[in-house]
Amino acid sequence: MTLQMAERTQRTRPKTRKAGKVSRREQATGWLFLAPFALTFLAFLVAPLLYALYLSLFQKQLIGGTSFVFLDNYSKAFTDPTFLDGAWFVVRFSAVSIPIQMLVALGMALILDTVTSAFSRFSRLMIFLPYAIPTVIGALMWGFLYSKSFGPLNDVFGASAPDFLSSQLIFYGLLNIVTWQWTGYYMIILFAALQGIDPTLYEAARIDGASAWQIALRIKIPLITPALLLILVFALIGTLQFFNEPEILRELAAGAISPDYTPNMYAYHQALGLANFNYGAAISFALGGVVFVCVYVFMFLTRKRGSFF
Amino acid sequence: MTGRTVSASRRRRSQPHLPLQILLGFLVLYYLVPFWWVVVNSSKDAPGLFGGGNALWFADNIDFIGNLQELFTYNDGIYLRWMFNSALYAVAGGVGATTLAVLAGYGFAKFRFAGRRFGFAVLLGAVMVPQTALVIPTFVLFSELGLTNTIWAVILPTLLNPFGVYLMHVYARDAVPDELLDAGRVDGAGEGRIFLNVALPLMRPAVVTVLLLSVVAAWNNYFLPLAMLSDNRLFPVTVGLDMWQGTAGGNNAGTTPLWSIIIMGALVSVIPLIIAFLLLQRYWRGGLSIGSVK
Repeated sequence: MTLQMAERTQRTRPKTRKAGKVSRREQATGWLFLAPFALTFLAFLVAPLLYALYLSLFQKQLIGGTSFVFLDNYSKAFTDPTFLDGAWFVVRFSAVSIPIQMLVALGMALILDTVTSAFSRFSRLMIFLPYAIPTVIGALMWGFLYSKSFGPLNDVFGASAPDFLSSQLIFYGLLNIVTWQWTGYYMIILFAALQGIDPTLYEAARIDGASAWQIALRIKIPLITPALLLILVFALIGTLQFFNEPEILRELAAGAISPDYTPNMYAYHQALGLANFNYGAAISFALGGVVFVCVYVFMFLTRKRGSFF
Repeated sequence: MTGRTVSASRRRRSQPHLPLQILLGFLVLYYLVPFWWVVVNSSKDAPGLFGGGNALWFADNIDFIGNLQELFTYNDGIYLRWMFNSALYAVAGGVGATTLAVLAGYGFAKFRFAGRRFGFAVLLGAVMVPQTALVIPTFVLFSELGLTNTIWAVILPTLLNPFGVYLMHVYARDAVPDELLDAGRVDGAGEGRIFLNVALPLMRPAVVTVLLLSVVAAWNNYFLPLAMLSDNRLFPVTVGLDMWQGTAGGNNAGTTPLWSIIIMGALVSVIPLIIAFLLLQRYWRGGLSIGSVK
């Protein structure tokens, strides 16, 4: 393609006759289109990460000021019970919430792909609606619903109403919020993938005597594997950096959620609450690094040649 | 991309599927309950909220207009300012991020240049860096530069959207034929002109999708402005409502009228995006799957 283009350009542009020059011109144009993003990338991704890495190698002492400690902050983080508790919570939460979200989204997408009534189109819209709601407002709304003082649970269950803001049930309270917030979005991605399948495949399977279940399990689900992987990656990245929902519910769930409930909240409160930039940077960097490696390994194991998902 | 063409032929046969429709009905109820609660309770005054009446039905004393007035006048009408800030951050950040993503995605898809493969590998890696892992490092860097507590502290980091670049790349690669670009070059058009007049119109569905995703992400953002801003007149509505919630909870006076205002504020804050999504349905329905259909 490059050659062909070079020839054509040669013919029409006497000034850039040499092939090398044309290629240099194409290179320059390519970089020109890339430049604004590349600059943003350097300024707001590479620079902060390098700076955080740099900061994380130092420690501020009460006496003697800031000193170079190399990886001490990291060895401190990985033996810090608070950080490890938060990390362990996020791992447990991911292990439960991601499969649930994916199954719910897949189930709804399959139903909406099968039922083609006006009501199902309306349902699709309503199920997607929470995506348009900021996670902050979503968490706030569910916090109201859970609340003992103005939620409906007391009306329904009386004094024995479950308290999703208590330390025993907060895990399920958060699980429900996350499911409500994101399954609609995942459902839309899966639904669009299902709609992209050639319907003649179903006809052929039906002629061969396949039931609706078999069609769903053997044809539909295998064919939307790329979309399932996509939402798995989204869910993984989103859940491992859990912050908004527990931070919002902290006020309503007095005592059930500590300021260091998740690693991200810990980093935030270290950096902004205690002005301990060095340790906060180390936690952020460790968290980002762990998520990056997890997702990258996962992608490497599942990716097809020549495409991302 | 492919969704729209196939679905038309799929609709030929409509089956009732009653049990599934009933199940859908319950699902819709589940997804709408929080909205319903907010609509109902935004009409209550403090006694109605805490008086022990039915939480999912209107109180006798409906004070919708009164609460609305209080919301917009409380604290010198700061709520309106927050909504304006949210809109500013969402539009400036979203439009900016989309512009950068369209240019870079087109560059990656349609040009060969030294470092392209490496650049693309770096981009895919960046998609996997959790956004919030960048917040604290960016905050620390910006506080060195004295940029925190300005609108730029929220807008500038929002411009970075590696996933948007990836989506634009995938779309431009397939939807913009090389032959068309070459034809433009043969006719002597400059690269900028070819991009604007030939490529951009073909990329429109993906542009709208990336714009929608970026604007929603910027509108919904909470962690970044929470870390960056300390002047409450710069807050977006998400951080502002959270601050009010902290005040109301901290007072612990169960009857503080602030709760009515917060609930009304939550309701009003979700209306713009809901309207946008209802109006832009035909774009997001097909577009959100661009990255996964391939």
